[in-house]
Amino acid sequence: MSVAEFDPTAPLTPTGNLRRRLIVSRIAVTGATGAALAAVGVLGIVVYAVVKRGASQLSIDFLTKNPPQFPGPGGGIAPAIVGTAVIVGLATAIAMPLGVLIALYLTEFARGSKFAALMRTVLDLMNGLPSIVIAVFVFGLLVVGHGQSGFAAAVALAIIEVPLIARSSQEVLLLVPGHLREAADALGVQRWRSVLGVILPSAMGGIVTGTLLAVARAAGETAPVILLCSLIRPGVHVNAFSVGTGLDTITGGIFIASEQADPYSQARAWGAAFVLLAFILFTSLSARALLNRNRRRLSG
Amino acid sequence: MSVAVRTTRASRPRNRRADRWGDVLIRAICGLACLIALAALAAIAYKLITGAHLAFSKFGLGFLDSSTWKPNFQQFGALPFIYGTAMTSGVALLLALPIGVAIGLYLSLLAPQRLRGVIGPLVEMLAAIPSVILGLWGILILAPFIRDREPGLHNVLGFIPLFGRPQTVGASVFTAALILTIMVIPIIASISRDLFLTVPRELQDGAIALGATQWEVVRGVILPTTASGVVSAGLLGLGRALGEAIAVAQVIGGGNLAHTSLFETGDTMASRIAVQFPGALNELHFASLYYLAVILLVIGLVFNLLAQLISRRFSVERAVSR
Repeated sequence: MSVAEFDPTAPLTPTGNLRRRLIVSRIAVTGATGAALAAVGVLGIVVYAVVKRGASQLSIDFLTKNPPQFPGPGGGIAPAIVGTAVIVGLATAIAMPLGVLIALYLTEFARGSKFAALMRTVLDLMNGLPSIVIAVFVFGLLVVGHGQSGFAAAVALAIIEVPLIARSSQEVLLLVPGHLREAADALGVQRWRSVLGVILPSAMGGIVTGTLLAVARAAGETAPVILLCSLIRPGVHVNAFSVGTGLDTITGGIFIASEQADPYSQARAWGAAFVLLAFILFTSLSARALLNRNRRRLSG
Repeated sequence: MSVAVRTTRASRPRNRRADRWGDVLIRAICGLACLIALAALAAIAYKLITGAHLAFSKFGLGFLDSSTWKPNFQQFGALPFIYGTAMTSGVALLLALPIGVAIGLYLSLLAPQRLRGVIGPLVEMLAAIPSVILGLWGILILAPFIRDREPGLHNVLGFIPLFGRPQTVGASVFTAALILTIMVIPIIASISRDLFLTVPRELQDGAIALGATQWEVVRGVILPTTASGVVSAGLLGLGRALGEAIAVAQVIGGGNLAHTSLFETGDTMASRIAVQFPGALNELHFASLYYLAVILLVIGLVFNLLAQLISRRFSVERAVSR
């Protein structure tokens, strides 16, 4: 090997082993990119299918009319929209205070304790429970011996929402700067006043967006409403506490229609799917945007 | 030398009693909320077990390996549904784990910064699609598509018993597994992305400085340091797939028998509960469905706890090594 052989103007091209390694690497990178594009592609295909078949159903009548009494064209999904709104609203009214209080306890009163670790495990376990298991539990708790009701479905959805809200609230509460607490302590403010007057308000934005995400999740749940409030009467109803009859829901309606061969109810199901998907994607996207803004404000 | 500061009566807070009680009260209320959550989990286990009591005493553990399910004759066995659950979630995990991890790698290391902000949320949107809509899409659009492809798969891969003679409907274990794959991918992708972002930058830079290619950095640095986390992501995804009732019920065809072929109909535990619970025929039928729910609960809890144990050990290792 002599110095004279070195030619600085020769192009730097990989050869032999290095070439093989670069090709393997290129293949791996292409594969990963392909996987990401495939996931986005599937999202596109599903959303396109729903929009293509569902958007044409959409009209004022579709949103405000009852479905037809007998199989046939026309009609709307007003009872389902109202029912879903009532059940999800009730569930959130139960779950939000519980979730926020749990998060407060874990961050303000028991931070770093054994109990907090246990509680976090329990929340994760609840989050991982299949919704069908929760539905069967609520069936045994509220429906056996009483009858179906919108309230039973709301309780099941609340059990699904609590860990979500508690987890996201906890994250935001942990971001509340320590000097806010210290300043309140230094002024001699009692703990409960600083919690209610300083900590909670500064985390409120994050808590609300976390709750919105939980609402989006609950609105799309089907198993609880199938088991707990699927016996429905025709027409729009808002009373979730009338025992013996359920409330119509968007997800329940889609599930039942997908099991039938009736093209008209399938068309209505696509329309309902479009309404639901639009609501869920809009809610979760705007919640995520708000969450990012809040996080930046709190930590920055 | 300490200085005693004596406060006068006037400078003390006026509503001291209210303040003291306020502290106790808010602590108690928050603690109560925690106890309610704890009680809920305990109540779920208790209620399911008492609901299944009749089936426990009638069938015992034999329920798990009996394969007759005839509600009219009061005969119940869970084997076909355990098998169907294992098949659908197993295939789903097999497909979703590599794809999900690849997406995680792409989003954490490979993608240009600007694309990350677009593709990341899009993948998370996939997780936000309600299962009932995926199921509707699955039975009305994916199933006919699959039905037309099955003969081809059977011709090419027919020597493997899994790819048996195709059915005419398109509702099959295979379709259900594909739908579950779509549901599990975003879960694994977002967990593994967060995981890969925690790998110390110096380790990767060191490998690159030694001349490693991008793939060699992934193989040699990223995956070994996060292996346990990837396993727990897989377990969480599997837990999700096992418990999914609605989308599976829509596309699996609700068969009573266990088949080797993926192209036959079948049923999973969760889907059987969702379909038969509202119209259960008798007490024993109810109890047997409760029994299925107990099995699901136990499997779900075990997998979740395992995932947590593994990932906690992982984070402890990480904390120590820093």
